[in-house]
Amino acid sequence: MFDDLRDLYQEVIFDHNRNPRNFRVMDNADRKVEGFNPLCGDRLTLFLRMDGDTIVDASFQGSGCAISTASVSLMTEIVKGKTEQEAEDLFKKFHEMTTGKEEQINLEAVGKLAVLAGVREYPARVKCATLAWHTLDAALKNEQKSISTE
Amino acid sequence: MTAGLDVNKIRADFPILAELIRNKPLVYLDNAASCQKPQAVIDSIVHLYSHDYANVHRGVHTLSVRSTDKFEGARTKVKDFINAASDKEIIFVRGATEAINLVAQTYGKANLKAGDEILITAMEHHSNIVPWQMLCQQTGAILKVAPINLQGELIYDEFEKLISDKTRLVSVVHMSNALGTINPVKQIIAAAHAKGIPVLLDGAQSIPHMTVDVQELDCDFYVFSGHKLYGPSGIGVLYGKQALLEAMPPYQGGGDMIRKVTFEETEYNVLPYKFEAGTPNIADVVGLGAAIDYLNAIGMDKIAAHEAELLDYATEKAKQIKGLRIIGEAEHKGAILSFVLDKIHPHDIGTMLDSLGIAIRAGHHCAMPVMDFFKVPATARASFAMYNTKEEIDVLMKGIESLIEVFG
Repeated sequence: MFDDLRDLYQEVIFDHNRNPRNFRVMDNADRKVEGFNPLCGDRLTLFLRMDGDTIVDASFQGSGCAISTASVSLMTEIVKGKTEQEAEDLFKKFHEMTTGKEEQINLEAVGKLAVLAGVREYPARVKCATLAWHTLDAALKNEQKSISTE
Repeated sequence: MTAGLDVNKIRADFPILAELIRNKPLVYLDNAASCQKPQAVIDSIVHLYSHDYANVHRGVHTLSVRSTDKFEGARTKVKDFINAASDKEIIFVRGATEAINLVAQTYGKANLKAGDEILITAMEHHSNIVPWQMLCQQTGAILKVAPINLQGELIYDEFEKLISDKTRLVSVVHMSNALGTINPVKQIIAAAHAKGIPVLLDGAQSIPHMTVDVQELDCDFYVFSGHKLYGPSGIGVLYGKQALLEAMPPYQGGGDMIRKVTFEETEYNVLPYKFEAGTPNIADVVGLGAAIDYLNAIGMDKIAAHEAELLDYATEKAKQIKGLRIIGEAEHKGAILSFVLDKIHPHDIGTMLDSLGIAIRAGHHCAMPVMDFFKVPATARASFAMYNTKEEIDVLMKGIESLIEVFG
């Protein structure tokens, strides 16, 4: 019935929505930033623990749609062990994949985040996927405030 | 479906209802956000620009006279539609939002001082919250909020207790956009008037669904938007009792709202022009008039009966879906079905239904305090209009059942 949506709602997304990874409060977090999408009311709190400039742990809390939950869940998995610079580079590539020009997309460079490439075709849903990354960006820049997609 | 209302004939009057969305017939259930337009409204605007257009209230030339006649004719249609006492009580604005801002910045600024109170309810749209907050910041007045219960109804006793010696204005929604609740406005108005307090009704949602008689209601202000009444966007109406409007300072300054201007002083124009500075939205006023003609030809009572039947049908079907929770179950309710599904976010519901050609609203409906009260980030909302059918509700319910299955 929902054949048209197969590119957007891949099984991996359903899986992360049902069982989000790293979905917990982190008591010993070094960075904690709230992300908010005022258009839909999605809220998330992102926690990071750092060792020098390396992200050693990432977790989140909050409620959102399947796309936003899967995006933040995947992100917390993939950024663990990455340096700030590596995470920022990934953010840039993710951003290009979801909002950039066709020729900028490099699905190999984003690894399993490629399952979120489908949001490109749904402009109303792009922000669901990018909220997590904007929040991470703020956390890495050590901005101790709420960030908003608007 | 309902005796007297030929839904198929009505549907044929709305060209957009023949659109295919993602290769499926459109099922348009986002009417509380905005209604679609009948051909008569579209044609009225094309006809004006093709044959009768010039600026209004200006020239002596033929087209200006024709344009003015159409524009003022539409004002009379609005007056008759809500049974106002006079054309002078009908002010054209951009929409319900601008109408409330107008009252806040003219009546409010002139009559409220620090410590005075404005009373609203907990089910208001942001447009009936924020203008008052801005006024409170400017004047030191205080915004009071009457609570609602878990059915989404105003707790009337609490509301009445909040009417105090300091209350200067009551501003309440006639029908809630997020919940569908229809408030006991006659009771509210009587209680406020007993203490000499004027009442503004936000009629943005109520006007397309029921007969509205401002004299019978005895409200002091009534505001609505044309685009929710099958008319164009960008046009709306502020109704105000003449005595109140006469006493209010103007809103914006400019042409049309003046009688005499020198550099020393300006004499303001009479009602309603005092509040209509600048060249108005002529074409959309004419379009609104055409929408009212269209509705009068069908009959608001027949529309209300048809929509009540749709709501009952949809509610009954929705209750059979496991994991679906209706948000807003007021006893007195208009044709809005707000709901949430277990573990499925409204945005996902919205995207999934869109792929089936079904347009609903997913989000906070510009009523974040209502979402907070029900402890949900957002809801999905199907809102019905006169052109909707039970068959469309069947398509919606089948879609919901299928997406629940997909999400597992």
